[in-house]
Amino acid sequence: MVNYHPAHGPRGLDRTFGALVDPTRRAILARLEREDGASVSALARPFAIKLPAVMKHLEVLDAAGLITRSKQGRTVTVRLNAAPMREAIEWLRRYERLWSESLDRLATYAEAQEPKARAGEAAERKRRSSNHGTEKSTT
Amino acid sequence: MTSLTLVRRIKARPAIVFDALTTPEGISHWWGPDAGPVLLAEVDLRVGGRFRVRFRMLDGSEHESSGEYLEIVRPERLAMSWQWQSRVEDPGESLLEMTLRAIPEGTELTLTHSRLHDEATRAGHEHGWTGALDKLERHFLQQSHEAKP
Repeated sequence: MVNYHPAHGPRGLDRTFGALVDPTRRAILARLEREDGASVSALARPFAIKLPAVMKHLEVLDAAGLITRSKQGRTVTVRLNAAPMREAIEWLRRYERLWSESLDRLATYAEAQEPKARAGEAAERKRRSSNHGTEKSTT
Repeated sequence: MTSLTLVRRIKARPAIVFDALTTPEGISHWWGPDAGPVLLAEVDLRVGGRFRVRFRMLDGSEHESSGEYLEIVRPERLAMSWQWQSRVEDPGESLLEMTLRAIPEGTELTLTHSRLHDEATRAGHEHGWTGALDKLERHFLQQSHEAKP
């Protein structure tokens, strides 16, 4: 069934978009795009914030399903999970389909109206010019 | 990311296109994502007036959207708010704008549907993440291309 909302519903999208609002979280995601997995301490290094603050951002990203965390010994490895982002993109594509298909049909309909309008105008011109002729003959 | 713009060149004068966009008769001919029928089209074409359109898709599902006309300049410009009736589909109110420009062959119609996810978009304007999301999208598109044999 085709639907206008993604499988996880708009709440999931809210979480996705909400998670992306913060520049630190975006920077973390951008880095995880380039590297297949990074440790929490490696992720925290470029930022002028303390580790607990980074952990908080990771919590938000995790809740939005944008990352996965796996623990091996004392190291936590963080990886990007692209599915929610794809879902957000797919949601936007549905709107694109709606308008793209609608405008195709709109064009077809309007283009069929144009010749009708022209025919109507031609008839009107003819009527006016014959009226005009009548007026002339009466004066 | 949370807005999209489509441009169409139509071989009909702007007044005809404008009426097709704003009359129930016109709307019933084109509104919807597939060839399914428009079931209801109500239009109160004045600023502050509302529209309501219900359509059935070929899969049998029915969808209804409504909104308020915010700007009406016949035959040049139309702006209206937009929301789905079942707020599950999109919980927010978005903005639909249409601009009609006369060109030699008829009309160039520009449709912009923005504030699609109003919460996120508002935040986006404040924080400017739209570009970042675009970049991510490109990345995923690239990945899906690479995945193809």
